[in-house]
Amino acid sequence: MTVIIDYGAGNLFSVKNALEHIGVQNEISSDPERIKAADRLILPGVGAFPDAMRMLDKANLTSVIKEQAGKKPLMGICLGMQMLFDKSSEFGLTDGLGLIPGSVELMKPKGLPIPHIGWNELEKNGSCPLLTEDKGEYVYFVHSFAAVTDSRYVAAYCDYGMKVPALVQNGLVFGCQFHPEKSGEIGLDILRRFNSL
Amino acid sequence: MLAKRIIPCLDVRDGKVVKGVNFKGIKEVGDPVECACEYNAQGADEIVFYDITASHEGRGVILDVVRETAKKVFVPLTVGGGIKTVDDMRNALRAGADKISVNSQAVQNPQLIKDGADIFGSQCICVGIDTKKAPDGSWTVFINGGRIDMHLDLIEWVKTVERLGAGEICLNSMDTDGVRGGFDIPMLKAVVQAVNIPVIASGGAGQLGDFADAFIKTDCSAALAASLFHFKELTVKQVKDDCRSKGIPVR
Repeated sequence: MTVIIDYGAGNLFSVKNALEHIGVQNEISSDPERIKAADRLILPGVGAFPDAMRMLDKANLTSVIKEQAGKKPLMGICLGMQMLFDKSSEFGLTDGLGLIPGSVELMKPKGLPIPHIGWNELEKNGSCPLLTEDKGEYVYFVHSFAAVTDSRYVAAYCDYGMKVPALVQNGLVFGCQFHPEKSGEIGLDILRRFNSL
Repeated sequence: MLAKRIIPCLDVRDGKVVKGVNFKGIKEVGDPVECACEYNAQGADEIVFYDITASHEGRGVILDVVRETAKKVFVPLTVGGGIKTVDDMRNALRAGADKISVNSQAVQNPQLIKDGADIFGSQCICVGIDTKKAPDGSWTVFINGGRIDMHLDLIEWVKTVERLGAGEICLNSMDTDGVRGGFDIPMLKAVVQAVNIPVIASGGAGQLGDFADAFIKTDCSAALAASLFHFKELTVKQVKDDCRSKGIPVR
């Protein structure tokens, strides 16, 4: 059972639709007991960092996610990925979950529009169980902030006037800056691999 | 490197695709969910549903279309047409839309852009603009499907929508729309230069090379077309193959 963590924000149903489509047993829940019982966790998110962390706190989910993080695979998506880091500078400095060392900062790509919207190619950086060796894999991004972290935590970058961490990993903690649930077959494959961990 | 996007648009009225689509196995009056699946199979980077339902009662149907499509198609979906309030936006997003496109309503009530961006994020808010060249060489913004000239300067308006928090602009040139002679290159250039958010070219695609032409001559991020794909004159795949052969990054 994969639990999609519901803290009142995010594109829960897109993620659920994708999991249903690939035949993964799943439920949307904000119940700490269900989160503890889950085989895998997905932390979605769309919106602003401080609001999302506040909602997570308000739902009493911060500590249970931190506690469960090392025990089972966890995937953060988009803002959910950014929340895995130590802190973010979006609208002032806010603490994140601290599951991957690093911070989240406003992107400053030279001469390119912000937000970074669209399909960008994954540039693999070491091995990761969620990725294949294939080249030319495009996934869908929509974001203005990006992770700043050591290369050892980055499984794939994409090039947007700067190297943007696209897929990050620290042990069983994974984060997709892109939306696997909106990235066509490549995205569904990434979700399939995560759900077979 | 970021790929240039090819976006088919489906004009939907009362839950049916309006233009006489005739995809294999699909009825004359197209089923938008099936059309969206077909475009997805062709490699569409996003799909836009433009609701032209006239009656208020018929409005809910587009949400069913989005809901069904979102279970089968895993690329971004945009809903436009008749979005007047933040609640309209919320309903469309809840149904499975990833972005909202606002046009006339944004001109009449610019605060709608800001409210939408504040609540749902800039990435959700695409501002569609119908525009046409004025006698003095500038461009002005029209509303109500191009029927009313607001005498609002295009460049001023695009800067305003960016400032209000729009994440993207879909620029429809009424001068080239329907003429099929290619996208409006001078207008696109002027808008791309004026703002730092992605710009989608719309209106004028008539031939295979028109898409690559827009990407080569301007820094637009995406190109949108409706009838060309509806009538199956071109597939999304053909357009992408052409772009790829000219060195343009596509998915």
